Amino acid sequence: MSFQAAGYSLTPALPELVLTVSAMVLLMLGAFRGEKITGLVTALAVAMLVVTGLVVLWLPAGKLTTFGGSFIVDDFARFLKVLALTGSAVALILSRGFLEEPSRRIFEYAILIMLSTVGMMILISAADLITLYLGLELMSLALYVVASSHRDDAKSTEAGLKYFVLGALSSGMLLYGASLIYGFTGTVSFAGIAAAAKEPTTGLVFGLVFLLAGLCFKISAVPFHMWTPDVYEGAPTPVTAFFASAPKVAALAVFTRVALTAFPGITSQWQQIVVFVAIASMVLGSFAAIGQKNIKRLMAYSSIGHMGFALVGLAAGTQEGAQGVLVYIAIYVAMTLGTFSVILAMKRNGQPVETISDFAGLSRTNPLLAFFLAMLLFSLAGIPPLAGFFAKFYVFLAAIKAGLFTLAVIGVVASVIGAFYYLTIIKVMYFDEPKGAVDPVRTELRTVLAVAGGFNMLFFIYPAPLITAATAAAKSLF
Amino acid sequence: MIQAIVFLPLIGALVAGAIAIYGAHARNPSGDEMEHGDHGHGAHAHASDAHVHDDHGHDDHGPIEPPAAGSRAAEIITTALLLIAAGLSWVVLVDVGFLKHDARVVLFSWINSGDLNVNWTLRVDTLTAVMLVVVNTVSSLVHLYSIGYMNEDPNRPRFMAYLSLFTFAMLMLVTADNLVQLFFGWEGVGLASYLLIGFWFRKPSANAAAIKAFVVNRVGDFGFALGIFAIFMLVGSTDFDTIFGAAPGLTGKTINFLGWNADALTLTCLLLFMGAMGKSAQFLLHTWLPDAMEGPTPVSALIHAATMVTAGVFMVARLSPLFELAPNAQAVVMLFGASTAFFAATIGLVQNDIKRIIAYSTCSQLGYMFVAMGAGAYSVGMFHLFTHAFFKALLFLGAGSVIHAMHHEQDIRNMGGLKDRIPFTYIVMTIGTLALTGFPLTAGYFSKDAIIESAFVAHNPFALYGFLMTVVAALLTSFYSWRLVFKTFHGEPHDHHHYEQAHESPLTMLVPLGVLAAGSILAGFPFKELFTGHGVGEFFRDSIKNKPDILEEMHHVPALVAYSPTIMMIVGFVVAWLFYIRRPYLPVELANQHQGLYKFLLNKWYFDELYEIIFVRPAKWLGRFLWKKGDGFVIDGFGPDGVSARVLDVTRNVVKLQTGYLYHYAFAMLVGVAGLITWFIFGAGAR
Repeated sequence: MSFQAAGYSLTPALPELVLTVSAMVLLMLGAFRGEKITGLVTALAVAMLVVTGLVVLWLPAGKLTTFGGSFIVDDFARFLKVLALTGSAVALILSRGFLEEPSRRIFEYAILIMLSTVGMMILISAADLITLYLGLELMSLALYVVASSHRDDAKSTEAGLKYFVLGALSSGMLLYGASLIYGFTGTVSFAGIAAAAKEPTTGLVFGLVFLLAGLCFKISAVPFHMWTPDVYEGAPTPVTAFFASAPKVAALAVFTRVALTAFPGITSQWQQIVVFVAIASMVLGSFAAIGQKNIKRLMAYSSIGHMGFALVGLAAGTQEGAQGVLVYIAIYVAMTLGTFSVILAMKRNGQPVETISDFAGLSRTNPLLAFFLAMLLFSLAGIPPLAGFFAKFYVFLAAIKAGLFTLAVIGVVASVIGAFYYLTIIKVMYFDEPKGAVDPVRTELRTVLAVAGGFNMLFFIYPAPLITAATAAAKSLF
Repeated sequence: MIQAIVFLPLIGALVAGAIAIYGAHARNPSGDEMEHGDHGHGAHAHASDAHVHDDHGHDDHGPIEPPAAGSRAAEIITTALLLIAAGLSWVVLVDVGFLKHDARVVLFSWINSGDLNVNWTLRVDTLTAVMLVVVNTVSSLVHLYSIGYMNEDPNRPRFMAYLSLFTFAMLMLVTADNLVQLFFGWEGVGLASYLLIGFWFRKPSANAAAIKAFVVNRVGDFGFALGIFAIFMLVGSTDFDTIFGAAPGLTGKTINFLGWNADALTLTCLLLFMGAMGKSAQFLLHTWLPDAMEGPTPVSALIHAATMVTAGVFMVARLSPLFELAPNAQAVVMLFGASTAFFAATIGLVQNDIKRIIAYSTCSQLGYMFVAMGAGAYSVGMFHLFTHAFFKALLFLGAGSVIHAMHHEQDIRNMGGLKDRIPFTYIVMTIGTLALTGFPLTAGYFSKDAIIESAFVAHNPFALYGFLMTVVAALLTSFYSWRLVFKTFHGEPHDHHHYEQAHESPLTMLVPLGVLAAGSILAGFPFKELFTGHGVGEFFRDSIKNKPDILEEMHHVPALVAYSPTIMMIVGFVVAWLFYIRRPYLPVELANQHQGLYKFLLNKWYFDELYEIIFVRPAKWLGRFLWKKGDGFVIDGFGPDGVSARVLDVTRNVVKLQTGYLYHYAFAMLVGVAGLITWFIFGAGAR
């Protein structure tokens, strides 16, 4: 294949190139045809995300590297890229309703999401600190803008601004950490760091802490989570759905890759950080969610808690743990997008309703919707035999096999506490007096809900494809 | 064949139960409770609560309600199966008793745990065969009788299911080959009696009686269970043959019980006897039996006269090889038996509820049986059990017929003169009374006389006491039995309204009465030799171990002793005739003169009140304490409620952290990083 630039093979980066080019084409299309073409741009964006996913799968098998080893495509990257692309595509589909309103016909929205997705893919494939930062910033900059895409809304702009300022702070920390690591190891490539970092010197650990702090911010792990509830609540709901899915995939991917491939020599050091962050996230996510009245804020804490659970798998530091993380994030994306499709469907007289009490009696006004949401919430709470149970099962199993009993026990306790707020919603839906009918649900929301709900309910019958893929992906890291 | 006898009732119970469930569902698919069963109970419940015992309520058939679908089918199936089982039981009696075909039928293994190996085994020997006959005969007749008696009740399939279930449990009990299976049947009849006593579960007094029966029996069962444990500890097995084989080697052994070195066999037998006391309503644990009359009358006949209460007697007879080795335990058995015989009879003198009189009579007669057991004349006790089953079931069912005729009136003061209205019932009740009081040549005559003789000749510290008590009780029995007959059937009608409407019962009720009346006369003489005479050894063989020579000695008692029960019977009859036919004002005067004694007897020696103070109130207090303080305050407070309250506290504080200020958020991030760094530099991470 003569697909080269400046002596580097471009084949491994082909999906990113496809997506970038198509984003630019769509940008041109929008720029020349104006806002009325928003619908078409969005549809094409979804199509291109799907095409990109196919390209990822089409790439030659095995481990591909390029750009002097700073860009890597392995099974791990393939798995997560497909997942991130799926998340982005579904999030875009969910935004259709939002973008249809005349005042909100922003064709840039789809393009920003495409570019953000390019960032994620680079992040997932990053094999050195420079690429990591590049991908991270590309992803984040698009996200800052998307967060405030509802330009007339104070809350939305506040959310974007808060996210931006804190994101900048976290980027600074990450960069500081990266430079310390470079200073103490003399290299930015993960493989090189792994070779150099055999001893936990103070400087190196300093760098590690700052680097991981920056990554923790992206996955909204405690104590770097503070932005999450405000941004989730303030941003338009489709954007929140997007925030909760694809970027989490990418950030968790790079977190896992950095920890496992760049610092295997000082595992016990980063393990301590991860354990602390995991416990703090699980506990705070569970406790704080109980106090929420707004469903989006609740989902914010829910996602904080879920990131904590996913990190339990990483804390194990084993291949099984990595596999657990991958299974977890995949199931998490399905559950979250399904749940958000219900939240988006909750409209009365054309106005979206967001408080939990608005779900009262949904079982009688729209039994199907209530049933699917109930199943998704049960799954989020980790109740067998739904998918969410298996997600937790794999990470806890890995933690226990790695001897992290305290972590596993705290995790289980936290998930019990967390079950409370999910069950509260179900109780409100099934036992409280109805508040009045909701509007008919849009087709695309119904489709997403059916797929996500079906996946959740039926996963236990045929889990093999996902588990096999996750096993292969985890294997490629070791 | 034995399998058929034991399991046909179970099949019947399951079929009738299925019909009951299906019928209840079909009748009331929504599952909502129907509003009924309230009228007519208010006053009754009140009376019961206030401990006014002279007017105890009425048998109640419930209001008219469409009967469950398939009621007739359930009745026919259960009754037919029971009749078959009863017929087979007589065949078994002949087969085992005379042709000596003892059998052990191992069904399958039940428990295999370490040293404990228990099989489901049906043991058929003469003792079992006698019980099979008693249980199945009475039970089948009660089934038949119930078809008529429960005619108006909407829940007949359920009733029939319970009856058959009870019968099955009782059959498991009598065919048990080990103590654990015996205990299974023991608890099974306990459950069935609970269900049957509380059959009219909408009646508060019936519920209370059911619970009382269950709880009092638990006290006995506690002892029984300890006894089983003790035997397992001593012998390492619960199989009867193994136990009996090992028993002679246990004499003189001691076991430590509550820090007290007791003779092993005596202690074990006493513990087992405690179970028997509960089931057979002996003195101190008798309180449940009279209250159990809240159940439908056929239940009283089946459970409280003929079968369940005799389980204790049967158990002692079954374990006779054990009791024979523990003379001290035998003395206790006789003490309690004699006390109960006397004590229950005194209460029976003044009761006014027709069923309660018979209930106390039952209690008293069970005392007789235990006297025989204590004397070591087990076959004699079994003989009384056998005959008593017929005439006591007859009396109960006869009483049911009276109640049926009187539209659920149970107070004998409101009866009188009924002999012209319900002559058949009158005749059979008279036969039953004759048998109960020991009129010569009736069934009771032979068995009761034998018991009194056995008490006289027993080598037992309480032999004289037992003899005197049983003789006095014979007098009392005669008096209260005839009092019942006279007040019910003779004299002037007291309630003209009911009297006018009184009617003879339907054929399904009269046939069992006739059969039982025949049994009350015929169950005595033909079996006399087999149970008390020279045929005992041949008939019972190994299944019972009588004290050597006791039967021989019984035949040589002084004539006065032999005739004493008959004399007492005549005296009792004359006094009753004097009191209730000749000079009806006498009892009233007597009661007024001896007000204290009268009240004492009327209130059943104040046992219920005593237990209320000693046990019930402290237990309720403890229960309330554990509920309010233990469960409510400690467990809920620090458990579920406390935890959830703390969770909410934490939540409140955590939510407060989320101020919305950007600099707070940034600060939190920096604190996080600083904390981690500090940890690695100074904390455990620095290692």
